[in-house]
Amino acid sequence: MKVLVAVKRVVDYKVQIRVKADQSGVETENVKMSVNPPDENAIEEAVKLKEQGLAQETLAVTIGDDKAQDVLRTSLAMGIDRSILVKSPNSLEPLAVAKTLSKIIEKENPDLVLLGKQAIDDDSNQTGQILSALLNWPQACFISDLKIEGNKLFISREIDEGIEKLETNLPAVLTCDLRLNTPRFASLPNIMKAKKKPLDIIDISTLGIDTNPKIKVLKVEEPPKRKAGIMVNDVKELVEKLKYEAKVI
Amino acid sequence: MSDIQREEMSYDVVIVGAGPAGLSAAIKLKQINSDISICLLEKAAEVGAHILSGNVFETKALDELIPNWKDLNAPVKTKVTSEDFLYLNKEKSFKVPNFILPKSLQNHGNYIISLSNLCKWLGEFAENLGVEIFPGFAASKLLYNEKGEVSGVQTGDMGLDINGNPKDNFEPGINIKGKVTVLSEGCRGHLGKEVIKKFNLDANNKSPQQYGIGFKEIWEIDPEKHNLGKILHSVGWPLENDTYGGSFCYHAENNQIYLGYVIGLDYKNPYLSPYDEFQQFKTHPEIKKLLTKGKRISYGARALIEGGLQSLPQMHMPGALLIGCDAGTLNMPKIKGSHTAMKSGIIAGEVINKHLSQNEHLSIYEDEFKNSWIYDELHQARNVKPSFQWGLIPAMVFTGIDQKIFGGKLPFTLQHKHADHDSLVSAKDSKKIDYPKYDGEFTFDKPSSVYLSGTNHAENQPCHLLLKDKDLTTNYTLEEYDEPAQRYCPAGVYEIETDSETQKKFLKINSQNCIHCKTCDIKEPSQNIDWITPEGGGGPIYSGT
Amino acid sequence: MSVLIIAEHDNNILKSSTLNTISAALKLSEDIHLLILGSKIENLCKNTQSIHKVSKILKCDNEKLENFIPEIMAPIVSNIAKNYTHVLTPASTFGKNLLPRVSALLDVTQISDVIEILSENTFVRPIYAGNAISQVETNQNINLLTIRPTAFDKCEESGGSASIEDIEFLNTDTPTLFIGREVSKSDRPDLGNARVVISGGRGMENSDNFKLLYELADKLNAAVGASRAAVDSGYIGNEYQVGQTGKMVAPELYIAIGISGAIQHLAGMKDSKVIVAINKDTEAPIFNVADYGLSSDLFQAIPEIIKELDLLNKIES
Repeated sequence: MKVLVAVKRVVDYKVQIRVKADQSGVETENVKMSVNPPDENAIEEAVKLKEQGLAQETLAVTIGDDKAQDVLRTSLAMGIDRSILVKSPNSLEPLAVAKTLSKIIEKENPDLVLLGKQAIDDDSNQTGQILSALLNWPQACFISDLKIEGNKLFISREIDEGIEKLETNLPAVLTCDLRLNTPRFASLPNIMKAKKKPLDIIDISTLGIDTNPKIKVLKVEEPPKRKAGIMVNDVKELVEKLKYEAKVI
Repeated sequence: MSDIQREEMSYDVVIVGAGPAGLSAAIKLKQINSDISICLLEKAAEVGAHILSGNVFETKALDELIPNWKDLNAPVKTKVTSEDFLYLNKEKSFKVPNFILPKSLQNHGNYIISLSNLCKWLGEFAENLGVEIFPGFAASKLLYNEKGEVSGVQTGDMGLDINGNPKDNFEPGINIKGKVTVLSEGCRGHLGKEVIKKFNLDANNKSPQQYGIGFKEIWEIDPEKHNLGKILHSVGWPLENDTYGGSFCYHAENNQIYLGYVIGLDYKNPYLSPYDEFQQFKTHPEIKKLLTKGKRISYGARALIEGGLQSLPQMHMPGALLIGCDAGTLNMPKIKGSHTAMKSGIIAGEVINKHLSQNEHLSIYEDEFKNSWIYDELHQARNVKPSFQWGLIPAMVFTGIDQKIFGGKLPFTLQHKHADHDSLVSAKDSKKIDYPKYDGEFTFDKPSSVYLSGTNHAENQPCHLLLKDKDLTTNYTLEEYDEPAQRYCPAGVYEIETDSETQKKFLKINSQNCIHCKTCDIKEPSQNIDWITPEGGGGPIYSGT
Repeated sequence: MSVLIIAEHDNNILKSSTLNTISAALKLSEDIHLLILGSKIENLCKNTQSIHKVSKILKCDNEKLENFIPEIMAPIVSNIAKNYTHVLTPASTFGKNLLPRVSALLDVTQISDVIEILSENTFVRPIYAGNAISQVETNQNINLLTIRPTAFDKCEESGGSASIEDIEFLNTDTPTLFIGREVSKSDRPDLGNARVVISGGRGMENSDNFKLLYELADKLNAAVGASRAAVDSGYIGNEYQVGQTGKMVAPELYIAIGISGAIQHLAGMKDSKVIVAINKDTEAPIFNVADYGLSSDLFQAIPEIIKELDLLNKIES
């Protein structure tokens, strides 16, 4: 089995993001960037499948500028075998990302594609689903458990009501929840080794897909600050307000 | 955990800490001989993320190291265009005319920079030369060989739980051996502290080491009030006359100002809260008018080393060098340590090369240091800080005479009297200080500030702030000093709580909040707190600081 | 112009998230069509006819739709969506699972997690976990939107008289088999998607006192959360932590008890619809964000609230 993992370079989750004064977006200059957190779960799962002997080859793909090589090096240091950077000067919408990935998948022919359930920058939560539709493969989103036997996948996925269990077949597209596993640390010797692992660069213009944005961002603002409400005098008043004014109980 | 099999890697040189000193040493070495293998460890998640500094930058050392830095788009762009020095009282400010200011306080030709950004840039420069930089890896322990010489470092274990047991993602630290180890952890590095003690490096020091705590906030201000390249320093309010400290305010790019405060950690009153002095300072009319309609976008704090030449330890030891602020090369009257740290790194690079190629002894570092401009600079500056034990006004008069008339060449050297942890007076003999409430506009509470620093430590890991005596607060420090950790810690790590069963008060450590400033390790009156490295990658994520 | 809503339901009852989504749709049009895909949904559709402003129910009833497998649903939805300019569904795991797949089939870019509709082609959505708000414009022929339910009120469930139209089931073969659903193991709802969350802070003083919170939570069918201070003090497990480093929650009602309101905590709950704060300390920053504040000793207040709620229930029954 060959496993392809899609990874995205995003502002590190620990960074307090800042909206630019001209409202054109969020400040990313000189800001710490990292692998999108649920993508790390996808990487971990792929590496585990290799360690268990279920996968023979693992491949990480990202789309971005030269700096996006960072996240591929991290993937390689965590144990992925080889990697591809699809070089794109602009950031893409999920639809264009999925189309790009589908082109790579045509060439690489993986049996299993793993993605994070969503990117923590634009929070779209779309790419995996779109990709599986484009490929006409089964999808399972927000997975928190995965077992593979031969061609069969046994999946638990996180839904609002609890856990849903599915069975499906390879090839498939899965998006990973943070609960799927605990991503390993890249050890220092493995970071060294990762520097020598293959990292191929493909220019997005060679793939022949439409990557023009279909959505225009008019402005990005800080969320409105919550204002203080009222102080109630006693519990009775509080319960009444919640019942009859706010109507939440 | 002693039975763990640890991997081992070997390099010619192992450098701890990617600040200006360590990076300069690495770059210099590679420039001299690109075959020398260098491993540079940095505990921050990326290079620059634990760097916090004013900073008005003197390019002297950078000119020497990378003469064409201007062509290489170094983030050193904003020239100082004007400067003011103010004495503040509660309502007013008095401008000290520039012509009576000592030369050390004049900044013509210097640049307003973010040292964090410069280090990031130097890091990329070093990597391009072949230096192997590993951010997110803390050098947690020193390795010694059978002769007792420093032989490298061990990186911290990753993935331990709060009790020190391995979690699912446990990754043991590895041993990184080096023919020479360079300690450049910055002020009060925990390995630096260990070697100073082990090799008695401060045996010949005339004075105990001195420290300060520095705060920095970045504000985006009203463009109308912004004056690119302007710098402003002040002394006086809100500090009492007997406390050493002052403010800085630098107008940097993008309508930002770097606003900060430095306070000597030799203050006496245990009720003093450096954090609150800084917050209060911002409410001075002169500062407030600048900040009105502005927005705070960053916060951080870091201890700085102020002892100067009198307190500078021996910088070489068997197998290793101690450089930059880890040793104490900061020039206090200039309030600048970056160029001296870089110079100390450049010298280290040269010395290590001679050591590796010509078998010269590392002790030549001391002579090379003495023969360089860095020594002259520190010698000239040596009497300024100790004169402040006489109080602000006499010290300023003395400094004027010492620096302006004699150019720092007075034929005597003043000494620092006490170590900073010895300076506190008992709480019962001290005046409580009532700090004003935070207004949420100019002044903020500690949690909101720490939030801006992006500080984080992986949950469920061993506490990295070790108490030698766990009950010392309950049994002694609380009564004697009203536990000053509550106030000197700029991140709210230390809180006093009452046990709901025994009703006894105890010290609670919120180590997750720690911004790695090291103040607790310095100021704790009984030296009861040991700061050690938490899991690599933890701590603040500063950018632009 | 009518707007199509894809209903979220469990084959028996319409989920309230659908009602929130209808409210959002009413910003675009007064004429709502509701697409219900499921199995044995005859009754469900009948019960839905009265919903305010819904003029037509498009019913697709087939046993293969019982478990909402997106591979089967998406082609049916995209086929109908072609007749509309706007197709909306809740941004729940149901909608997130389905609509992007539809967008692929229609070759349009979906707009996720809409919290405000400014015009027929201008929408507002949070990015960076709500730390920034993005206003976007699109000129696509079909607008696919997932709607954040808590950002819109529920629409009225009465006053309408929708017709029911059967639509054709288009079969798609998929190897995916539904095995089962484990509705949250505990009796209490999951912190991440509970309608009501009650959190305790350091003011709870010890883990024993959290029992009081559980008792109150049971009365309100609420999930229990905690501040980092409470977790750090060992009163409650890590998995209950709400805040920057814990869970981000946005329930309809968030009750913060004995929580001072450090910014790290606020970051995890500030998107809640209604916030109640109970704290002895009138200076606690939590009161700056609370809709209703009560300055009181929590050990008195909680039992009193439980009593009041019981009283209320008695009156109602």
